Amino acid sequence: MIDPQVKQRLVEIVGENWVLDQPEELVAYSYDSTPMYQELPDIVVLPKTTEEVAKVMRIAYEYGIPVIPRGSATNLSGGTVPLKGGLVLALNRMNQILEIDEENLTATVQPGVITQELHQTVEAKGLFYPPDPGSLRISTIGGNIAENAGGLRGLKYGVTKDYVIALEAVLPNGDILHTGGKLAKDVAGYDLTKLLIGSEGTLAVITKATLKLLPLPETKRTMLAIFKDLTDAARAVSKIIANKIIPVTLEFMDNGTINVVEDYVKIGLPRDVEAILLMEQDGSKDQVDRDIEKMAEICRQEQAVSVQVASTAKEAEQLMTARRMALSALARLKPTTILEDATVPRSELAPMVETIKNVAKKYNLMICTFGHAGDGNLHPTCLTDVRNADEIKRVEKAFDEIYEKTIELGGTITGEHGVGIAKAGYLEWKVGKSGIEVMKGIKKAFDPKGILNPGKLFTDQPRKRVVIQS
Amino acid sequence: MSHQISLALGISEDDLLNCMQCGFCLSVCPTYKIIPKETATPRGRIALMKAVQDGGLVTKDITESLDLCLGCRACEVACPSGVQYGTMLEHAKEVITEQTNFSAPVKAVRWLFLKQLLPYPKRMKWIRGGIRIYQKSGLQKIARKSGILKTLPWHMGAFEAVLPEVAPFRAKLPKRVEPNAKTNKPTVAFFSGCIQDTVFHETNVSTMKLLEAAGFPIVTPEDQTCCGAVHAHAGEVDLAKDLAKKNIEMLERSGASYLVNNQGGCGAMLKEYDKLLADDPVWAERAKAFVKKVKDINEILAEIDELPKLYPMNVRVTYQDSCHLTNVQKVTLQPRKLIQSIPGIEYVEMVGAGTCCGSAGTYNIVHYDESMQILDAKMINVINTQAEIVVVANPGCQMQMRMGVQRAGLEGKVRVMHIADLLAEAARLK
Ligand SMILES: Cc1cc2nc3c(=O)[nH]c(=O)nc-3n(C[C@H](O)[C@H](O)[C@H](O)COP(=O)(O)OP(=O)(O)OC[C@H]3O[C@@H](n4cnc5c(N)ncnc54)[C@H](O)[C@@H]3O)c2cc1C
Ligand code: SF4
Ligand code: SF4
Repeated sequence: MIDPQVKQRLVEIVGENWVLDQPEELVAYSYDSTPMYQELPDIVVLPKTTEEVAKVMRIAYEYGIPVIPRGSATNLSGGTVPLKGGLVLALNRMNQILEIDEENLTATVQPGVITQELHQTVEAKGLFYPPDPGSLRISTIGGNIAENAGGLRGLKYGVTKDYVIALEAVLPNGDILHTGGKLAKDVAGYDLTKLLIGSEGTLAVITKATLKLLPLPETKRTMLAIFKDLTDAARAVSKIIANKIIPVTLEFMDNGTINVVEDYVKIGLPRDVEAILLMEQDGSKDQVDRDIEKMAEICRQEQAVSVQVASTAKEAEQLMTARRMALSALARLKPTTILEDATVPRSELAPMVETIKNVAKKYNLMICTFGHAGDGNLHPTCLTDVRNADEIKRVEKAFDEIYEKTIELGGTITGEHGVGIAKAGYLEWKVGKSGIEVMKGIKKAFDPKGILNPGKLFTDQPRKRVVIQS
Repeated sequence: MSHQISLALGISEDDLLNCMQCGFCLSVCPTYKIIPKETATPRGRIALMKAVQDGGLVTKDITESLDLCLGCRACEVACPSGVQYGTMLEHAKEVITEQTNFSAPVKAVRWLFLKQLLPYPKRMKWIRGGIRIYQKSGLQKIARKSGILKTLPWHMGAFEAVLPEVAPFRAKLPKRVEPNAKTNKPTVAFFSGCIQDTVFHETNVSTMKLLEAAGFPIVTPEDQTCCGAVHAHAGEVDLAKDLAKKNIEMLERSGASYLVNNQGGCGAMLKEYDKLLADDPVWAERAKAFVKKVKDINEILAEIDELPKLYPMNVRVTYQDSCHLTNVQKVTLQPRKLIQSIPGIEYVEMVGAGTCCGSAGTYNIVHYDESMQILDAKMINVINTQAEIVVVANPGCQMQMRMGVQRAGLEGKVRVMHIADLLAEAARLK
């Protein structure tokens, strides 16, 4: 329950319409795209300006109310679940593209801008914003920055952090922080911009971002290669890179995923193979043709049973759609979909996929794997049912084993989805004790009262993945 | 509003759990576009239904959120998990209606429309007669001058202003039409629709003429009744089922191979009788057979490739999809193909043609303000096409788009036409 006086003050800041506390309104802000986590906030506030955010933060600071920043709540790590109640700060109304600077090749946007809208707007001007998470139709730029989201073009173009050059953010005490600028070079002090990227709403509320743009590539082409054998596919990936080709996209789907996607989109994918690689290259026409041919040749050398180069944009789009739909198509199969985010060095791809397969068998689970092969970023996805408590326990154990192996292979616990609640238990595995200490110190410097997104990133119960809440 | 508390909506748990909360549906939901709150999203509405189911909320808590939904079902198409949103919504509405103690005037209006008027084509004709007298007797002029229309409830004045001149009371569709030349085409039964025949009788005439010119023998069964869509959306599912059974019997008796309609909304309802009656041991099979025979006019015309001769029309035309034709019946290419088969027409695709215009059954009456926000946004896209004709495929959209044209100050510049009227005009059948 929120103090009526606090509510009154919030209403004075943002207006009656934008303070929500009815039971159904609280329920609607109690979840995100992560299965099995849900907790009610006490109140929801939807500000329109940075000033309003600052005023709301000042009140929260004064009363010590937890604040959970929220974009479209599509994150897969429980990042927007109000674990300890408090105030959900929904930023959807701050959705203006403020400036597209064609001279400096930058876009300045509010945090609630939908990723796809930014894409469409800049592409209409012949410009290009590369980060493209699978959720781009609805995720927000603020959420992308806070999670340091990746996407299908990550191999060649990197992830969100490679495009954020300046930020405006409101600190927990209501002060407004400015970092970076429209500069190609800037080494003044600690890089606070980078620090806020991937901070998962635990350090400050991002209220404005300046993003770097590129010229829109002249052309792009897509191809699909099908492998009977997983190791062949993995070898093809390494060999492509070793040949100094960096495709925009180099995506992987395993047999389970292939079958499910085919059931859903029906584009004629074969059902009896172990791996599909989906590749895309962009750039100047000559270069693209050359790279695509070379990649096709490498795949054939590595025993691909079929190599198919899309001849039209429509065909290419279809192939890409298949990959974008992978996660969601899997969701059709079973009520609960638990998607993980294990990342290993590219060279360890085959052993990693093999491990996942064996672990699934050991615990008698259905785990389909797809992901960004070029980045070594895999999404083993377990299809299960929350109602089956026994199975969920096995899921937990299976993922523990999968992550142990990931770390052993020199990998990490999350490539792009963030730590949130879901991975909090594993963070120490990855960064070590001193890593945790430094991170906690940083958190304290920004947020001495610990009001921003409490319960995320850090946990009292390291190692164990907490899946079911009591 | 009732204070009775229910702990469950009775929606299948599997259906509710199917939603993985991915949020894909948020990007297509028209209510989320105008109200940036999670309660105005499909994902939110499903979460609320689930919360009621689990006992975390009471039914009445979620009424407002569900009432704000247009029922356009764009979310269903966008959903990769195959969530059956439409079915869940209908079910929830039924339970809510059961538990709601409507106020006396609302009760009276519901009783009058749902039970006494819509199911009876003859009575709907009386309404048409009444409107006709109002329009022709000079009453309309007096009413418009007096300003009394502004005082009517539910913004009726706004609707009055865009009501087309209706057909006379006596106007009647032919009971039977035999084509001139001998034909091996199957006989079709024509489904005239209650609102359609009341307000847009002319469109029905055009539709029949087109079918005739295409060589179909046609019957207009007199024992047809309302499709039941309004009833189902208002939570009166039992009434909808009764109407469905009557229509199934009607088509069986007629002996026709197809039941052709020109109303995207009614057509969708007719095509979902199998879902509506799925649990009924006596009717389930008959409903399935019925559904296979239902065709929208766009489907039947686009599929036969034997349109009457179309004369050139030199105009710029755009098309506004009907949600239920698009999202439920999946008919999107056919109308575009038909429009473009008229020589001389310059077809321009409108940005967001597939998103709801805000009409949505009685939505524009009950949620006038939200509906007009959705409409005004749509009109910007219409204006950008610079089209002189906006083609529609459903009477609700036709009224709504007429309203949009008026609100945008485009009267006399932009015409709103049902596709059947456009084709009939191009074929010089009217
Ligand atoms: C189907 C599907 C596919 C996906 N594909 C990808 C993918 O390919 N790559 C990828 O990286 N991710 C992917 N994701 C995960 C998710 O979409 C991303 O993490 C996305 O960046 C979240 O954006 P959002 O607007 O929904 O943020 P939210 O989920 O609302 O928030 C995410 C986190 O950011 C914080 N936050 C949000 N806005 C702000 C702000 N303005 N200031 C400070 N903190 C803020 C929140 O507190 C939370 O911790 C996918 C998710 C789904 C459901
Ligand atoms: S798209 Fe489907 S699964 Fe995703 S949130 Fe919407 S209804 Fe749920
Ligand atoms: S039916 Fe239409 S208005 Fe209702 S939730 Fe779905 S998309 Fe939104």
